[in-house]
Amino acid sequence: MANVTIDGIKVSVPDGSTILQAAQVAGVRVPTLCYHPDQAVKANCRVCVCEVEGQRLLQAACSQPVYDGMVVKTHSPKVVEARKTILELILAHHPQDCLSCIRNQNCELQALAEEYAIRENPFEKMVRGLPKDTSTPSIVRDPDKCVLCRRCVYACSVFQSVNALGLENRGNHAMVVPSLGKDLLDSPCVMCGQCIHACPVGAITENEQIDEFLAAVADPDKVVVTQIAPAIRVAIGEEVGMKTGEMPMEVFVAGLRQLGFDYVLHTNFTADLTILEEGNELLKRLKEGGKLPMFTSCSPGWINFCETFYPDLLDNLSTCKSPQQMFGALVKTYWAEKMGIDPAKIYSVSIMPCTAKKFEASRPEMKDSGFRDVDLVLTTREVGRLFRMAGIDFSKLAPSKFDSWMGAYTGAAVIFGATGGVMEAALRTVYEVVTGKTLEDLNFTFARGMEGIKEAEIDLDGTKVKVAIGHGLANARKLMDQVRAGQSPYHFIEIMACPGGCIGGGGQPLTKANVKRAERIDAIYVEDEGLPLRKSHENPEVKVLYEEFLHEPLGHKSHELLHTHYTPKNKKFL
Amino acid sequence: MADYKEIITRYKDLPGGIIEAYHAIQKEQSYLPEEAIIAAAEVFEIPVKDAYGVATFYSMFSVKSRGKNVIRICESAPCHIAGAADVVAALEKELGIKMGETTPDGKFALEFTECVGQCQATPVITINGKPYGDITADKIPAILAEYK
Amino acid sequence: MAEEMRVVLRNYGKIDPLKIDDYINAGGYKSLEKARSMSQMDVINEVKKSGLRGRGGAGFNCGQKWTFAYQAQADQKYVICNADEGEPGTYKDRIIMENDPHSVLEGMAICGYAIGATKGYIYCRGEYPYVVDILNTAIAQAKEKGVLGNFDVEVRMGAGAYVCGEETALIESIEGHRGEPRYKPPFPPVIGLWGKPTIVNNVETFANIAVILEKGADWYAGLGAPSYPGTKVLTLTGDVVNKTFVEVPTNTTIRQVIYEFGGGIAGGKAFKAVQIGGTSGGFIPASLLDTQIDFDSMAAIGATLGSGAVLVMDETRDIVDVVERIAKFFEHESCGKCAPCREGTMRMHKLMSKVNQGKGTAQDVALMDKLGRVMSVACLCGLGQAAPSPVLTTIKHFKADYDAKLQ
Ligand SMILES: Cc1cc2nc3c(=O)[nH]c(=O)nc-3n(C[C@H](O)[C@H](O)[C@H](O)COP(=O)(O)O)c2cc1C
Ligand code: SF4
Ligand code: SF4
Ligand code: SF4
Ligand code: SF4
Ligand code: FES
Ligand code: FES
Repeated sequence: MANVTIDGIKVSVPDGSTILQAAQVAGVRVPTLCYHPDQAVKANCRVCVCEVEGQRLLQAACSQPVYDGMVVKTHSPKVVEARKTILELILAHHPQDCLSCIRNQNCELQALAEEYAIRENPFEKMVRGLPKDTSTPSIVRDPDKCVLCRRCVYACSVFQSVNALGLENRGNHAMVVPSLGKDLLDSPCVMCGQCIHACPVGAITENEQIDEFLAAVADPDKVVVTQIAPAIRVAIGEEVGMKTGEMPMEVFVAGLRQLGFDYVLHTNFTADLTILEEGNELLKRLKEGGKLPMFTSCSPGWINFCETFYPDLLDNLSTCKSPQQMFGALVKTYWAEKMGIDPAKIYSVSIMPCTAKKFEASRPEMKDSGFRDVDLVLTTREVGRLFRMAGIDFSKLAPSKFDSWMGAYTGAAVIFGATGGVMEAALRTVYEVVTGKTLEDLNFTFARGMEGIKEAEIDLDGTKVKVAIGHGLANARKLMDQVRAGQSPYHFIEIMACPGGCIGGGGQPLTKANVKRAERIDAIYVEDEGLPLRKSHENPEVKVLYEEFLHEPLGHKSHELLHTHYTPKNKKFL
Repeated sequence: MADYKEIITRYKDLPGGIIEAYHAIQKEQSYLPEEAIIAAAEVFEIPVKDAYGVATFYSMFSVKSRGKNVIRICESAPCHIAGAADVVAALEKELGIKMGETTPDGKFALEFTECVGQCQATPVITINGKPYGDITADKIPAILAEYK
Repeated sequence: MAEEMRVVLRNYGKIDPLKIDDYINAGGYKSLEKARSMSQMDVINEVKKSGLRGRGGAGFNCGQKWTFAYQAQADQKYVICNADEGEPGTYKDRIIMENDPHSVLEGMAICGYAIGATKGYIYCRGEYPYVVDILNTAIAQAKEKGVLGNFDVEVRMGAGAYVCGEETALIESIEGHRGEPRYKPPFPPVIGLWGKPTIVNNVETFANIAVILEKGADWYAGLGAPSYPGTKVLTLTGDVVNKTFVEVPTNTTIRQVIYEFGGGIAGGKAFKAVQIGGTSGGFIPASLLDTQIDFDSMAAIGATLGSGAVLVMDETRDIVDVVERIAKFFEHESCGKCAPCREGTMRMHKLMSKVNQGKGTAQDVALMDKLGRVMSVACLCGLGQAAPSPVLTTIKHFKADYDAKLQ
């Protein structure tokens, strides 16, 4: 232990702690900008510098280890002068159009400018004037706003192993750019949006499509239908001043009606459907010697990753569309027919935790209903903005139920939102289908939690199935390299592109630290636990769908509407 | 066009040898084309974004095409006070191009450099790395003739 | 009359640098043999006792640094010779390597033995391809003769980045990365090249080692200034009569350097200023010319010995114009990793240009002063920390030059 004095407060901290950690113990908040709790220390913004007694140089609190007897001043006049000057330098090179910025009131730079009372900037304002990169349907880069903290580079290369973003040039010409200085679309980017969570400012954001939604609800000829992904409810409250998991489902539904949606349905419905299709696909592959291990296919960032980096393994992917796209194909066929609505009038909006879903919906093959299956994808954050725009007071809103035929769901669908959830849901169903017995304990706890790769061997009444779960694409890469080398012991692998699964998706309320992801995961399992039905094959509306329309899993209609194929991306470089 | 992969592969067993490999490419054709950067990433098994990050960091490397013979004029303080500006003017006039440009025949490129460590003979220029000291306007035609 | 003292350049002009036998006949590689007959710690203690401090600019006690690497446990350690020599106005390492490459190799091999490293790198700036050839010849000859034993040396080239002289940026560059400095601690003797304990010393530092072992620590400690003993190779540029290099004991004064070795100001003009240590050094006015060049004496007047470059300016020189040029150097050479240097060097250059063009105000000068003060304590590495010193020292000593250009 080292005894350290921070601003006169004596604390004892473990050896090797940084000044930043010691200050936390002392109850002193040192400002940071490049620091990220789940990433390696970068020490490049210098906003956290502090004075250490006996040293001429200021030291970065995030990188400087303490020693016994160290005396630190985090707020001396010398420190304040340095921090203010550094912030002035950064801001003088920054557009500062906070009022029209997507990160307004949720921006680390803006917060620092406020805390340090930056008013008259002595440095002349100079902005690069670079164009925004709008090449992908998912992610928008605004290089003018980049403060070069490199947090996105870390997220993209270390968490995701995609390596789409890197550095270019040096000195004042240094920039963070997509590989080779190209547009994001030409880079290996898989549109997962993890860089958005990493970014302290508005330099990388979702492709915001709020105006398209407003135009749709303003159009009297359109029947605006929505689906809500499993991971949304636990997180949406964070956007409107509630705690994680606190928003009741039926209040959320009522809120969506206030926004002007004509019908509110649930992606959870097609999540249950996915389990039936995918579970049966797995059993078929096991029985008929099909390609194994089979990979789940609900995460479009993961699909992009597989098509980009492992085109040789595309046959291992389940042919099931993601729940979003199953929903899209059904809502303009089955549901339209059942409701007696002209599918041409249906405007299908999905509310997703995910930026890659915007891309997925725009894939040319996603038109099996005869129309574009999903017309618009809004992220959780965009819906949060719409809620704030509508001025809804959720504490006063009367609950409302989902609309029929594609709104019912089980706990198995709910847990799709967390890493391991698809696996657990599949096992609940597959077990009962294979064994014909009732599953006593529904909780496959091995599948839960933030561990990067989870695995187990499941005994299906004599048949042993080895399964693995990976979340975050760097973990996916480890599992894929094993498969490619012919050394994968598994039959079934669940992959989610985003750390923590969809609850940590690129479109979720900004989540700098993984502790937030863990909190949302907890909320997911609480919801599952509280539901009367927790196995996908017990979903009553799914039963009706099979009886009246699909007839059987993997049947002819399913193939037409619910399954898809994959194409190598053939990127010019990786 | 040079076989980039072949050139770069010579350095494959040199840990961190990408910089040496880039020098070798530039010896062949004075800049680093995109294909060479992609090839380097493949040979050294690093992401292209890193191979590109390296290529754009060092001032001796160029990712844009430039003249075959690269003339660099030192503008560091000792050469500056020894009259580097006059050397710039003389070279621009002689070649009919501005600093940062390449002659229409693709033979010469003009660039600034910082000190090249020949400061006993300021002002200094280098052509393809070879230094020439105590440069005056009247010495330039003879020097350039070596490269024509 | 002060005299040159050739310790580092002991073989200059006396041997053919491309012939290892010349070096050996002049007593070369005896010290390495001697070192190998001593214990590792005895070698280190001898170097420590000599008082030798790094000649690359930071002036750290050489033996002390070696101790850290010796004590670090690792399966592999490295010795790196810093031959990046990027400080404008400096070419002393080139003179050493061109004229006596084996003195550097011998110093590196002694260090390798002392700390327990079998692999060495010479990181030579990309602007010196012709020096790389000489080094490679010397290494090939040394290998053929077997004088280096199990110590292997390889030359790596930079590619035009002043910041790669900074030891951790240099390490990044050898690893094949962008030459961006790492934050410290950890320092290279603990975690360096490929994560292993690494000694980085300057060319001139290594060239001193063999002599120290040959003639003894006490002999060396008695040369020059006690707190920074030995000699220093200086390179004289600018308005001096003799634009040349000299090796002098470290208790020589600046005045002696300029007037006795440099032959005074060229063209019979009067002295105005001298910048020592390269472009990151402070400007020194006439009133301080009797300062000794050793590290601590220079630090005491707010200047640096640095690389030993001596840029002399006569009465006709426009200080503001020279400092503007220097500010551009730092804008160009900043690696761009840390905010205060990336943004600060650009602003400093902008402000200096404004003042130099006669468009500046007193506020601009005050702003540069504040910016410089902040950069010198808040930047991540020595580049950004030293970049403002020409501005700060000229605002201090040559205020009139600025005032004359203000609106
Ligand atoms: C920007 C910058 C440039 C440097 N350039 C050099 C250089 O060219 N040569 C050198 O030996 N040291 C240079 N140094 C100092 C090195 O970081 C390091 O201190 C030195 O190589 C250690 O060797 P020494 O102890 O023998 O001096 C530089 C430092 C900085 C901050
Ligand atoms: S990124 Fe932050 S500081 Fe910049 S304009 Fe947006 S809100 Fe304002
Ligand atoms: S969206 Fe994902 S893959 Fe694309 S740049 Fe961001 S982190 Fe990388
Ligand atoms: S885009 Fe954002 S996260 Fe990436 S370097 Fe710029 S400011 Fe940092
Ligand atoms: S001080 Fe300058 S050179 Fe050093 S790390 Fe910061 S930006 Fe790079
Ligand atoms: S937070 Fe410490 S340097 Fe950026
Ligand atoms: S200053 Fe121009 S070569 Fe050194």
